[in-house]
Amino acid sequence: MANFHSLYSQIQIHGPHEKPFDLPPHNSSHIFGSVLSRWAGKFGDPQIGPSYLGASGVASLICGFIAIEIIGLNFFAAVHWNPVAFVEGLAWHRLDPPDAKWGFTPFVPLAEGGWWILAGFFLTASILLWWCRIYFRAKALGMSTHVSWAFASAIFLYLSLGFIRPMLMGSWHEAPPFGIIPHLNWTASFSVLYGNFYYNPFHCFSIVFLYGSVLLFAMHGGTILATSRFGGERETEEIVDRGTAAERGALFWRWTMGFNATFESIHRWAWWFALLTTFTGAIGILLTGTVVDNWYLWGVKWGLAPEYPQTYPEMVLPPEIAEQVRAADPRSALALPPVEAAPGAGIAPAPSATAAPPMNEGAGQ
Amino acid sequence: MSLLSFERKYRVSGGTLVGGELFDFWVGPFYVGFFGVTTAIFALLGTALIFYGASIGPTWNVWQIDIAPPPIEYGLALAPMKEGGLWQIITVCAIGAFVSWALRQVEIARKLGMGYHIPIAFSAAIVAYLSLEVIRPIMLGAWGHAFPYGIFSHLDWVSNVGYQTLHFHYNPAHMLAVTFFFGTTLILAMHGGVILSAVNPPAGEVVKHGQHENQYFRDTIFYSIGPLGIHRLGWFAAINAGLWSAACILISGPFWIDGWPYWYDWYLQLPFWNDMGLEGLG
Repeated sequence: MANFHSLYSQIQIHGPHEKPFDLPPHNSSHIFGSVLSRWAGKFGDPQIGPSYLGASGVASLICGFIAIEIIGLNFFAAVHWNPVAFVEGLAWHRLDPPDAKWGFTPFVPLAEGGWWILAGFFLTASILLWWCRIYFRAKALGMSTHVSWAFASAIFLYLSLGFIRPMLMGSWHEAPPFGIIPHLNWTASFSVLYGNFYYNPFHCFSIVFLYGSVLLFAMHGGTILATSRFGGERETEEIVDRGTAAERGALFWRWTMGFNATFESIHRWAWWFALLTTFTGAIGILLTGTVVDNWYLWGVKWGLAPEYPQTYPEMVLPPEIAEQVRAADPRSALALPPVEAAPGAGIAPAPSATAAPPMNEGAGQ
Repeated sequence: MSLLSFERKYRVSGGTLVGGELFDFWVGPFYVGFFGVTTAIFALLGTALIFYGASIGPTWNVWQIDIAPPPIEYGLALAPMKEGGLWQIITVCAIGAFVSWALRQVEIARKLGMGYHIPIAFSAAIVAYLSLEVIRPIMLGAWGHAFPYGIFSHLDWVSNVGYQTLHFHYNPAHMLAVTFFFGTTLILAMHGGVILSAVNPPAGEVVKHGQHENQYFRDTIFYSIGPLGIHRLGWFAAINAGLWSAACILISGPFWIDGWPYWYDWYLQLPFWNDMGLEGLG
């Protein structure tokens, strides 16, 4: 096997530092200078920095700092400012969105979810400002803005989970909490609550693009590393002036699977797969609870899963219980059969026309 | 059609692992080789058996077709054809086809004077498949612990096995695997995006190369790993996604039979804070 380029560099270039390009003054406020790191150079480029701080970068960092402070101090307060308990539970602490009773109003007492709204606001501001930073930095360098649009797709998923879907559902309570274990718990219960997310076709798409992205990077990274002895990592040069590295890389896949990308088009595959991972995921989130209440039953309806076997007889409420329910809430009469419909017996075939309507129809009436 | 403009000069003999020049030829764009022949045999037989399994099953609905492994009672024995034997033969065919495909990639890499990075990465996926379908069932003592072949039936298997451990997100190796999946996709987006944005600049701008890519990431995220480094990182992260997936299922059952949420008790009950009588967590 080749012992040329593999997982680490045997040869590092430690020469003069690469200098930033000369840009207009408002775009050239470079910070930190640069250092050469022998350890970074074993795997990647040995030069670290210089970097750039702009207005949007500063604002983004400040907003991000505020968001993390709000979250962290809430964690700290929840354990009564005990530093040991704070450290012990770092992965378990949680900052929850407001209860369902608050609906979608932005004005919620801080201790009842208001902190969650504030943290979400500042985190969102930080992320959007960061998006501006990478967008305008590409412009300043005379490049196109592909990276920022891929990032925008991830932001769309983030906003769908924490803002758009809660807005559509009319309740902050639908949003995930802040916290490591708590957001995993939210993910699992969300799937179960809406009838098994594996039957959500947009979840299927999202997983396909996620796994596809990893497959593509394994294929692409492998191709470049395997052709690095021919200069394969100089991709942009190979794109504008094809050399033997690009030819061998293309032929490898053509001979393997009958089809090949080019050195440019593989990056289009990569960009689209990664972008569609979060985009299709966001669609799947937005449809859940708004359009589809139960993905498993949706799957049964469209033939993805067999009919669920009926294991219990249909139930109607005993008349005296039905009368109590009706007395407690007159609107529920819509959902209950008339008392006469169930003479005596507790169990009888439900009159289908008056049986409980599907969940999504009942709420608005 | 089958030859690219520059292809002819690369179509030379040699580089095979097995069979010398006997199978050293192309069919259309495909290279054949000894392992191309074995790939075709395994893949065709396996696919035909899946169709046969569907034909004796209850449905032709493509979402619901399901070819299940033998019931647990058969342990690690061979099962009758209609009770999982079909699944066993299909599994053998799949492994044969996957390994043949990897070895065929080795032959093609040798023929083109390339490194073996692609078949090495593919091997990580094969390891994950073997872990699910062979190694873990053997460790648990029954083929019935493997996942079935079917679109939604294999998703049901993932769901059910996950809930058998109460909550699979608590599995630390699963956390690592998911992190590698998401992380690989993130850096793929960044890499694909920066290459496209460099070679497709706005109107009036010249095409950009490595120096601009480096500065873009140094400016925005402080460090640019460089054109060679990003492919190492992506290759490494993608392989780790596969290997930690294999690890997370291999430890579920054979090495940890309680629910995964309980795994953290050792941490929450470390004497240091366990003796402090803190509220809530311990």
